[in-house]
Amino acid sequence: MELIWEGIRHALWLLLTADPEVLGITWLSLQVSGLATLASLAVGVPLGTLIALTRFPGRGLVVSLVNTGMGLPPVVVGLFVSIFLWRSGPLGALELLYTPTAIVIAQFVIAAPIVTGLALAAVQQIPPGFRLQMLALGASRPQLLWLLAREARLPMLAAVMAGFGGVISEIGASMMVGGNIRGQTRVLTTATVLETGKGNFDVAIALSLILLAIVFLVNWALTGLQQRRA
Amino acid sequence: MRGVGTSAPVLEGRGLRVVADGRPRLEVEAVAVHEGEVLAIIGPNGAGKSTLLRILGLLEPPTAGEVRFRGEPVGAGASLLALRRRMASVFQEPLLCDTTVLRNARLGLALRGVPDAEADRRVRPWLERLGIAPLAGRSARTLSGGEAQRTSLARAFAVEPEVLLLDEPFSGLDPSAREALLGDLERILRETGTTTVFVTHDRDEAIRLGDRVAVMMGGRILQLARPEEVFAAPVSEEVARFVGVENILAGEVADQGEGLLEVRVADRSLLVVGEAARGERVLLCLRPEDIVLGPAPAAGPTSARNALLGKVVRLVPVGVLWRVVVDCGFPLTALITRPSIDALGLEEGREVVAGFKATAVHLLRRGRLDRRPGGLV
Repeated sequence: MELIWEGIRHALWLLLTADPEVLGITWLSLQVSGLATLASLAVGVPLGTLIALTRFPGRGLVVSLVNTGMGLPPVVVGLFVSIFLWRSGPLGALELLYTPTAIVIAQFVIAAPIVTGLALAAVQQIPPGFRLQMLALGASRPQLLWLLAREARLPMLAAVMAGFGGVISEIGASMMVGGNIRGQTRVLTTATVLETGKGNFDVAIALSLILLAIVFLVNWALTGLQQRRA
Repeated sequence: MRGVGTSAPVLEGRGLRVVADGRPRLEVEAVAVHEGEVLAIIGPNGAGKSTLLRILGLLEPPTAGEVRFRGEPVGAGASLLALRRRMASVFQEPLLCDTTVLRNARLGLALRGVPDAEADRRVRPWLERLGIAPLAGRSARTLSGGEAQRTSLARAFAVEPEVLLLDEPFSGLDPSAREALLGDLERILRETGTTTVFVTHDRDEAIRLGDRVAVMMGGRILQLARPEEVFAAPVSEEVARFVGVENILAGEVADQGEGLLEVRVADRSLLVVGEAARGERVLLCLRPEDIVLGPAPAAGPTSARNALLGKVVRLVPVGVLWRVVVDCGFPLTALITRPSIDALGLEEGREVVAGFKATAVHLLRRGRLDRRPGGLV
């Protein structure tokens, strides 16, 4: 127990003195996971909406694939993104491996199916007659999509939460494609693993507390938005 | 009553066909709603009423046939949107957006690019007329069924549609909310003269709102006429049954003359007004409210025409009235009031005389060549 209390005390000191390295790691984590979430929203929301609204052969298979994708193991994503970005790999020429961009790509691959799947579910829970009613009221195609998105906005927020929560706390892919390079690709999760391995529990606890605080704050803010209208 | 048939049709369908899964679902040769008219489409569930309404509302293309709006055939693409914006629909489900009553009511105007301030100004009178002005700021989620449907109606009326399409707007409501809304809608339609196509399975709603009634069954329009005509003179047995003719008696014309027929039904002889040849098979349609019950005479069977001695077989309450089934050699159903039942001391097994006027009968001719076995239908 002594170890934990000592760790927490030191962690608070690190936080209160705004340790530059801890702040740098935090900032990078927010940037990387924030960008990955935004990108997954940009792709996942329209894609999920499209799948929800159209009927085509093989649709059931596509929905199953998306749902499987929601549970994609980050290490598997890390492995394949690594292979693609490897110097001799298909995208090796871009020299992205072990850069923050590589982490954004990997986290995007993890978050996109989550956002797509939840957006699909969000749009599907709108009564089928709603589309017809909106068309009957004189909605154009773009207006219809906008109205559907607006109607599904609360469950869409859940997609944002799940997407961001999934990637900010993910470790396998970040480690594999980022390499945990100090000052360059070290994020909260990979740093926590490293410091724990070295026995620096105080730093590890400080990083963990920050991670928990971020996840909590994001969910709190979004839940607040959701509950206000519920 | 508004003039019908004199003005040009606002919306019409010609040769409409819908085929789904290789089976014909809808076959409507011609249907039209005229300026200022309320066309009620009635029929049982699955008759194709809603499909017809969606086709007329340009929300679903027919497999074949065309829809005309003010005489012009409807094309595809952008003009479809422009034409939809000249109509408005209210469905059985209110299907409101997750926002306030006011924002919902002005949605149609918003979609047409009307600025909020002007939309508010145009929507307010409709909220007033439909009695939901005090709810303007309320979230649509908190509304009762009746309030939500009123909001949906306000949303439709606010765009001042050239044609209003109503698809069973009252079926989801409890009886008191339904009655109140029916009354309000009836008044608004009379006042505004909004051209309306109104789909319902409820014949009372059709009588109250419709200037003309189309009876639909199995994807076809079987009869299209004024309500009093449809209800008094249905064109076929199935239409008769649907519009509430509970007594349909099969008989044969025994004698004929001066516009009066003597028809044999079972072993009874009935006198009815109509035209048919001797020996012709006919169906007699008799509404239960046209049958009068009286006490059985002490001295055996009556000899008066259309006064049939029989036994009460069943008494069933229907709303404020009672349905009394009398066995006169064939079952005859009458609708009478509670005081009448008490006055006659009606109970099962009791003898009564069931009578009706010769003019109360609507005659359906089945032709002489019909070889189907006679007797009761």
